[in-house]
Amino acid sequence: MTTISGVPGDSSDTFDIQSLKAKRSRSRNLFNIIMTGLSGLSILIALVPLVLVLFYVFINGVNRLDLDLFTQLPPPPGSAGGGIANAIVGTLIVVAIAAAISVPIGVLCAIWLSEFGGGDTSIDEYVRFGVNILAGVPSIIAGVFIYGIMVRPGRPGYSALAGGVALAVLMLPTIVRTADEALKIVPQEIRWAALAVGASNYQTILKVVLPAAIPSILTGVTLAIARAAGETAPLIFTALFSPFRFNGVTNPIATLSVLVYNFATLPFQPQQELAWAASLVLVLMVLLTSIIARVVTRQKTY
Amino acid sequence: MVDTMPMTGTATDVVLRAKDCDMYYGSLKAVRDVSIDIPKNKITAFIGPSGCGKSTVLRCFNRLNDLIESFRLKGQMTYHGQDLYASDVDPVEVRRRIGILFQKPNPFPKSIYDNIAYGPRISGFKGDMDELVETSLRRAVLWDEVKDKLPESGFSLSGGQQQRLCIARTIAVQPEVLLMDEPCSALDPISTLKIEELMKELVQNYTIIIVTHNMEQATRVADYTGFYNAQVVEGAGGKVGYLAEFGETQKIFNDPTLEETKDYVTGRFG
Ligand SMILES: Nc1ncnc2c1ncn2[C@@H]1O[C@H](COP(=O)(O)OP(=O)(O)O)[C@@H](O)[C@H]1O
Ligand SMILES: [Mg+2]
Repeated sequence: MTTISGVPGDSSDTFDIQSLKAKRSRSRNLFNIIMTGLSGLSILIALVPLVLVLFYVFINGVNRLDLDLFTQLPPPPGSAGGGIANAIVGTLIVVAIAAAISVPIGVLCAIWLSEFGGGDTSIDEYVRFGVNILAGVPSIIAGVFIYGIMVRPGRPGYSALAGGVALAVLMLPTIVRTADEALKIVPQEIRWAALAVGASNYQTILKVVLPAAIPSILTGVTLAIARAAGETAPLIFTALFSPFRFNGVTNPIATLSVLVYNFATLPFQPQQELAWAASLVLVLMVLLTSIIARVVTRQKTY
Repeated sequence: MVDTMPMTGTATDVVLRAKDCDMYYGSLKAVRDVSIDIPKNKITAFIGPSGCGKSTVLRCFNRLNDLIESFRLKGQMTYHGQDLYASDVDPVEVRRRIGILFQKPNPFPKSIYDNIAYGPRISGFKGDMDELVETSLRRAVLWDEVKDKLPESGFSLSGGQQQRLCIARTIAVQPEVLLMDEPCSALDPISTLKIEELMKELVQNYTIIIVTHNMEQATRVADYTGFYNAQVVEGAGGKVGYLAEFGETQKIFNDPTLEETKDYVTGRFG
């Protein structure tokens, strides 16, 4: 080994090319392979229920997926035919009531938190804490709560409105949190810029900050809606069920989730088939809402 | 602190004046003893290391710091001799006359047209809006590039174009002063030169203050330059900024009075 020159090519005889080659047996490579395998397996396990549920619901529900399903009322127990038109409309109405209540309140609350909170008060911290607690409240508690306020003997009684309010309670924390985050992402300079061209505080928030945050707020709203649409427990206490078509918001109303709950446990095959079909429609509605949420978030402003 | 008055003996008007101003964020004194006269229809540059209070002073001139809850100003700031912080002064009016531009271009989430029209509209502009939008965009030398896509979003423009859109938006409300806080530091060299040319164009009608970290930019565009520095304060655990030297750009860069200014402008700062 007499080559001591600085020319790189000269040292090729001293360089062990084998040391660069990949070796499976190296312990770090082995570890990589095992970990990759494990996490791949976990993904499979996590996906299995999702795929099975979708598959099972689809197989069982698809043969009743006809025009009657969307236009007819449920038949009397034991008889075949009919549809779930009232429940589809009912779910849409109850969710719409819930959104009409929770979206304005939630967004205004978020505006207060992100635009006026802060400073030296810690009130907004308490509010955020409270909102997080509310998010963790089991949905059946929200149902019981509204039952106590609007339904129990001496109160107006079961109604679409009570169902909507119960779902609004469940949607509110999601909306507050996502809208709060969405508003905070809007850069401070944009507020200053609006004020610098002579806008007042509320003009700035309503005309500049809110529009910039709307795509993200909409995502939160659609996610909250998707979750609320599938809720059953709070509706059993509040909206109850109805075999008839929509009959005003002060009367009981049919919804898909409660229809599934009621019909799946009946001993008649036509009703069980309707329950499967209703499940499929519900899953598709939730899926569609989530996809819409994805599409709107793609057009982020900032 | 040196309190050079560059205008002595000339007929230049003073538009903005700060006199013995201390600025605080909560209990932290961020800037001390600023006294400065901003001459009309000139470009004044603020230079100095980060964190010495250039942005803070700038935002004081149009009362944007009012929005920072912990902020307090001690001392006097006048605009044409009128106390800017007098209790009967409307900060919204102040901001309309003294516009501001930030480092990162920040169009409103609206169309190009509405970006310009927003300010005049909320201040009750009654004239021909199309014409105002066009003249504002022309003055910002952006008209030819956007005239065919006014309904498109402001975000569809390039960074340099967005910054000129922000300039157009600011001049649409017919201010007298333009404050610019590092307006070019997010832009490429070509866009930067365009903005600089635009500033030289605008200064015939406007008074401009620009914060910049680019020495060459200051020498290229500014008539006057203020050098800010910061000094560590014992006990408080922070540093406080001050206006070290202010004078004609020529003098600040070629023959500064203070050693610290010389060190900074020659890049021997540490
Ligand atoms: N909104 C704020 N709240 C609290 N302190 C601030 C705020 N803005 C700036 N400061 C402080 O004031 C000092 C000066 O900051 P700034 O004016 O931004 O300096 P420069 O623009 O020269 O870099 C810094 O110490 C900074 O931490
Ligand atoms: Mg700054």
